[in-house]
This record gives sequence, C-alpha cells and structure tokens, in this order.
Amino acid sequence: MTPGELLLQQLINAVSVGSLYALMAIGLAMVFGILRLINFAHGDLIMVGSYVTLLLAAAGLPFLLAAGAGVAASTAAGLLMERVAYRPLRGAHEIAMLLTSFSVTIFLENLAIILFRPTSRPFTAPPILRSVIEMGQLRVASVDVVAIVIAAVLLLGLTLFVKRTTLGISMRAASQDLLAARLMGINVNAVIAAAFAIGSFLAGVVGLLWSARVGKIDPLMGFNPVLKAFVASVIGGLGSLPGAVIGAYVLGALEVLLQGLLPSALTPYRDAFVFAVLIALLLFRPNGILGSTEREKI
Amino acid sequence: MLRLESVDVAYGHVQALRGVSIEVRDGELVTLLGANGAGKSSALMAVSGIIRPSAGRLSYDGVDLGRASALEIVQHGIIQCPEGRRIFGGLTVQENLRMGAVRRPDAAGARRDLDWVYSLFPVLGQRRRQAGSTLSGGEQQMLAIGRALMARPRLLMLDEPSLGLAPLVVRSIFQVIRELHRRGVTILLVEQNVRQALAVADRGYVLVTGSVALEGSGSDLRAHPELEASYLSTARGGTGR
Amino acid sequence: MAMRPAAGSTLSRLLVPAVLLAVLGLLVGATDLFAGDYLVRIVIIIGINVVLVAALNLSNGFTGVFSLGHVGFMAIGAYVAAILTLPLNLKAVNLPDLPRWLAGVELPFLPATIVGGLVAMAVAVVVGLSLMRLRGAYISVATLGFLVIVQVILVNWDALTRGARTFAGVPSYSTAWNVWAWAALTVYVVWRIGASAFGRDMRAARDNEIAAQSLGVSVVRSRLLAFCISAFLTGAAGSLWAHFITSFSPKSFFFTQAFSIITMLVIGGLGSVSGSVIGVLVITVLSELLRNAERGFDLGFLRLPPLYGASQILMAVLFILVIIFRPAGLLGGREIDVRGILRRLAGPRRQKSKEDGV
Repeated sequence: MTPGELLLQQLINAVSVGSLYALMAIGLAMVFGILRLINFAHGDLIMVGSYVTLLLAAAGLPFLLAAGAGVAASTAAGLLMERVAYRPLRGAHEIAMLLTSFSVTIFLENLAIILFRPTSRPFTAPPILRSVIEMGQLRVASVDVVAIVIAAVLLLGLTLFVKRTTLGISMRAASQDLLAARLMGINVNAVIAAAFAIGSFLAGVVGLLWSARVGKIDPLMGFNPVLKAFVASVIGGLGSLPGAVIGAYVLGALEVLLQGLLPSALTPYRDAFVFAVLIALLLFRPNGILGSTEREKI
Repeated sequence: MLRLESVDVAYGHVQALRGVSIEVRDGELVTLLGANGAGKSSALMAVSGIIRPSAGRLSYDGVDLGRASALEIVQHGIIQCPEGRRIFGGLTVQENLRMGAVRRPDAAGARRDLDWVYSLFPVLGQRRRQAGSTLSGGEQQMLAIGRALMARPRLLMLDEPSLGLAPLVVRSIFQVIRELHRRGVTILLVEQNVRQALAVADRGYVLVTGSVALEGSGSDLRAHPELEASYLSTARGGTGR
Repeated sequence: MAMRPAAGSTLSRLLVPAVLLAVLGLLVGATDLFAGDYLVRIVIIIGINVVLVAALNLSNGFTGVFSLGHVGFMAIGAYVAAILTLPLNLKAVNLPDLPRWLAGVELPFLPATIVGGLVAMAVAVVVGLSLMRLRGAYISVATLGFLVIVQVILVNWDALTRGARTFAGVPSYSTAWNVWAWAALTVYVVWRIGASAFGRDMRAARDNEIAAQSLGVSVVRSRLLAFCISAFLTGAAGSLWAHFITSFSPKSFFFTQAFSIITMLVIGGLGSVSGSVIGVLVITVLSELLRNAERGFDLGFLRLPPLYGASQILMAVLFILVIIFRPAGLLGGREIDVRGILRRLAGPRRQKSKEDGV
C-alpha cells in the first residue's frame, strides 16, 4: 500500500469513528445546552436499541424493521428517562443531576443484566453492513462508509432543523438563556422533550452502526461510547452543537493518530492518553475549541 | 388591568415582597421605584409566572394568575423585558425578534410587527443578520424591547432598561418608551433612574425592602422633597439620613 | 454559628469522643469475640466503608470538589500495599516481572498501608494541582477521566498488577480491630478538620468562591489540602479492603464501586461526618439484605427467583428518590448533636440551665 493509500485508509477510519462520536455527542450537547445536565445514561440508549433490534431480528422480523423498532425504542427510553428522572430535578444543582444520571445508568445496566445476562451476544448485521469494499489496495469496511453517509445526512438535517424551524431556533434560544426563553413564552417542556427525543434517536442510530461494527452487544456497551462522546463535547465546547461535531471528528482523528504513533508497548494505553488530553483541555481551554457563549453567571 | 393584592413573594428563606398591592390600569405607564434589593424584579418575576406568590392575589382583567405558568402569562399578553436585557446572544437579531413572536398564532401580524420594530429601531434592521452578542449595550436593549413588542403585549413590563447605558442612549430608549405610551401600550416600568422614570410615568410606587412605602401620581412623586434620600438610598429602610 | 467553648469545658469536650470510642471498642471487641464469621465480615465492611465515605466527605462535602474518581485512589492504595505485603514466594510466582528492588520487599500491614496511602496522596497532589481550578461539574468529569486513566494503567501494567487478571494471595491482615481503628481515626480527623477554622474556610469557599477569595481564603490551597488528605485516607482504605478481600482485580475499583460509595455519602448527607457513618450503616445493611434476597427465597406462598443485579437497581432507585425528595441526605448536612441529645435525656432541669447559660 502506498503511503497515500495508507493515509486514505486511516482517514476513512477516523472519519467513520468520528461520525459515530458526532451523532452521540450532539445528543449530549443538546441536553447539556438547555439543562446543564451531563446525561451519562445517554450511552445506555445505545444498548437499549441494540437489544431490541437483536431480539426482534432473532424473532424473525426483517432487519430493517427490527432496526427501526430499535431506534424507536431508544427514542422512547430517552423520553421516559427525561420525564421520570430528570424533570423532577429541574433547576437542581448540576452535581445532583449528574449523579442522577449515574443512577439511571446503573438502573438500566443492571436491568439489562437481569434480563439478558452479563455476557455479550453476537450481533449479526445484514450483509450490506458486513462486507468489505475493495478499491485498489484499499480495503474499506462497508459499515464505515454507511456510517459516514448516514451521519452526513443526519447532520445536514439537524443543521436545517436548528436554523430554519421554530422549534430548532427555540432550542438554541433555550440553551443560551433558559430564563429569557421562558419569559418569551417558549414551551420549555416541549423543547426539552424534543432535545431528548432527537438525541435519543441519534443514539439509537449509533447503536445499530456500533453493534454492526463490533459484532456483539452486552449490557455495559454504552459506557465507553458515552465517555468518548463526552470527551468530544468537551473538546469542541460543552453545549455547542457545532462544537460537539468538530470535537468528535478531532477525537476520532486523535484516536487513530495515537494508535498509529504510539510505540506498540503503549498502544493499550491509548484511552488513557485520550483522557489525559481531556484533562489537559479542561485545564487550558475549559470552554473547548468553540466554547459556549454563556457568560459566567455570578 | 393588572392587580397585585397583598402579594408576598419568598425565595427560600428570603422574603422579597411583603403585602404588596399594585395596580396598573389599561393605557397607564406605572413606574416601580426602589433601591437595589427592594424587590422590584421579584415583583415582575411573580407577574411573569417565574415565581409563585406565597400569599395574596395576582390578577389580570379579573383572571387569577397566581397559579399560571410562564407560558400562560405570555398568552395573556403580559410580556417582560428582563433586567440585563437577556437577549439570545448566539441568535441573530432577526431570530431574536422571531422568538418574541413564538406564541403568536398570526404569522401575518407578526411580520407586520417585525417591520414596525425595524422602523422603531432602524439600527436593528441594519444588523438583522448579526449575532445578538455583537451588538452594543444600547442596541441590545433595543433588541430586548423589540423582542418583547413582537409578542404584541397588552401589558409590557420593563426591568431597568436604562441600566448600564450611556446618557444619550438612555434618552433615546425613553423616547421609545414615551412613543409606546402614546400609542396606548400599558407599561409597568421598573427603574433606578428616578428622573427619567418619573418624567414619563402617570403613577408610581416606591418599594422599600419588599413593601410599598409610597405611592402617588407622577407629579406628586416628582414633587416629593425627600424621595431619593429617604426611600431610594441603599441604607436599610432609608433611615440613614 | 461558631460558639467559643466556655472555659473549663475541655473535659466535657473530650468526654463525648472518649465515651463514643469506649462504646465502639466494646462493640468491636464483642463482635470479634462472640459474633460468627458472617457478622464479623459485615462489621469489617462497614468499617472500611466508613473510612471511604468520611474521606470522600472531606473532599466532596466540605470543599465542594465533587470527586467521582476517588475509587482510583483506593485502587492505588490497594495495589501498592498488596504488592508490598505479598509474601516473597508468592511474589516470585505471581509477579515474576516485578522490578528487583520491589521483588525483595515484604512489609508488615501498617507500614504497607501507610505507604499505599502516601502514594495515593502523591498522585493526588499531581491530579489536584491540575484540577483544583476547575468548577463544578467540570471537576467531577475530570476526576472521572482520572479514574479511567487509573483503570487503563492498572489493566495494562502487567508487571506490577497482573493486568486484568486476579491479584490473589494477599495476606488477610484486616481485622475488625485495625479496620475500626482506622475508621475511628478517619472520623476524628475529618470531624476535627470540619470543626476547625480551616474547615470553615473550606465551606466558605464551597458556598461562595468569590466572596471567600475576597476575604483572603486561598480557595485552591484549601481544596488541594483537603483533596490530598482525603486521598491518603482513601488509599489506606484501599489497603484495608485489599487485605480483607485478599483477591481482586482492576474491575473491583471502577464505576460500580464508585457509585456505591457516593450513594452512601449522599444518603448520609454531604458535609456531615456523622451523616456519613449513618449513611454507611443504612446502605451496607440494606444492600446486604437485598443481596441475600437476590439469591431468591421461598416463603412458601411466594417464591422469588434469583435476580442478580436487583440490589443495584434498588439502590439506584433509592438514590434517585433521595436526590429528588431529600437532597440534603438523612442528616441534612448537620452533625448529630451528641451533647444536645444527652442534655435532653438528662431532663428538664438541665434544659433550663442551658437556656440561662446561652
């Protein structure tokens, strides 16, 4: 493989991983922007959708329908989470909300362990997601290409949504100044529900692609993705939607770069390096690359 | 007509308003004066449905609003332009104004009002695609008022519109307020700039540590000899002098 | 508000802790002598949890630095102490790649525990220097990042830790006595810090950073100091735990463990040491009961199948309920007023003289 082809291969890798992180990070950023809540249970929405898809597909449903049901299940779970666990805590201290999101995570993960046992199950995606595309010396996994395309479409749709629709603009308004939004009569409950719904929908999509990539699912599968999504958000600036996307692709690139550059003795420590970068970032540029426009409220 | 009858408002253990009774009749411009911490903003937040009064009655045209949500208050046509402007910095001027009209069902009327707001504040028209955070303090105040006007208020509440603005800008803001008053918009104006406020007000109330200490017509209050020293100094209860 | 103790009441001030200590000693002694193995185990677990939660309170409750990654310090203390106390022959077998200067070391329990705590504290200095300037949820997430880093290092530094494999053969040095000695020490230290001027500074910085700074309180320094002391105690607790459970792996010091400690802390009440003790008691007992129920039971008319993980779910639900309905915890952030209780028990005559005096 020529260096150019190697670079292209790694680039595709980075962009596809970045795409998945981007879809996850947007969900986190939307909710954080409005509620100042870091919803760690967001990762478990991946798990919920994947299990629903797996079970329905195993029961005989065609994959597309099972996948659709899985994404719907993730969305429903996200909305339920908001209604039951987070709405009663509106206006509470941000640490209280963070801790509550951990409780929700523990709840969901253990529920899954009870229902499905802690061992992982194989996830067999349809052939379109399992094949390898060959272009010259390049071998590209089809699921990577699909991930990039789907992410591009969804991101475009989302951009139009937040720029052109009233609900989208209301969401941006609410994330900048919730009190002012309320004073304008913006239906904050609806806006928050929409944020959760969209984020959870995206998480469901990520779940499918992630499971197809990895080939198996287990109750704790959501933990790592949500941490990565969080890092991505912080890199780009917590609460900023474009920041989340940029941060995600930067993170994807960083991971691929570290994987390639670290001496082989240190590659297992790659995640540790990623988190060290997170801590360094929090120190020197806590508002990330783009940062949120919120002023310090004293 | 807005009516507060013996309203109490508390933030946790802090009593912000104590037995406050205020009236704002249609077409009037009533001003609420008071030192920092006197409870003026709390009164507006209570009317806007952000805080619930712990005692007393809050009504508009006879309808009890004590348990209404912020959204319902806006639907009644009661719109607040909050202290510190609070415009949406990341949204453009046009998007900010559009947010003001979010509860209005008539798109055509909203568009007409948009043109009206741009005619009232030409500088906003020039900057309509700029982000709110790039505007100067005075321009942001105009944007905040414009945003409130987009909601077609029956009662417009302004919380310290002159705060932090240069005298020249303050004068132009008050010109707009006068113009709105002339057009018949009912206004409840909270202010620390006593001179300007009393120059436009029909009537006024003076709040001291959460209670109404003085009320009267604009001219009466203007004539009151010790107004600033006794009631508006930040010394507790104004008994310092 | 702070009250100056009246002259001559030093004796009465020492009386309460002395009495409590005596009672504690009696209870521990009784357990050690008379209770069965199961009960002794529970008592030891409670004691270790008291150290963990009280230490965490010092950081999270008093300074407002809500660390989510303190379990990382526990892991450091556990591994360091266990490596040091591991008998030489086991070291040769289980840790063949240990650097030579470590391979020949075998320390008794107390020094090893102290070293474990010190290493944890040294790491805390480095981590703390970086993090103390952050605010609120950012600190919490950074400490979570720290936990992940510790986890990754533990899993990969095979030579020292056996990686993801079980680290077994740790001598079973933890007894009810030494665990509760550490618990008593921790409670005393944290309580004294909390009651001191230093503690008052910390709480001022927690409640209003800007105001505290204008009064000359060095926010960063007080937070860092509390963080480091807390890390030392947590590391020591790690050693206590390692020598109790005698075999563990990096997974024992991750998310689940972190959450259960935080649950005990929040339920007992942030900022209250006596609350921490109560929180530990309530949660440990409750989760033991639930864990027994997990194995399923047969009441004749009611048969419950094994539901592993059910206790976790119930804990999570309990946690959410407490946060919603009583976020200040069981004690609401206040300490148990032992003297007040005693006074009330002593009768109405005593009460009147209290009112006269104040």
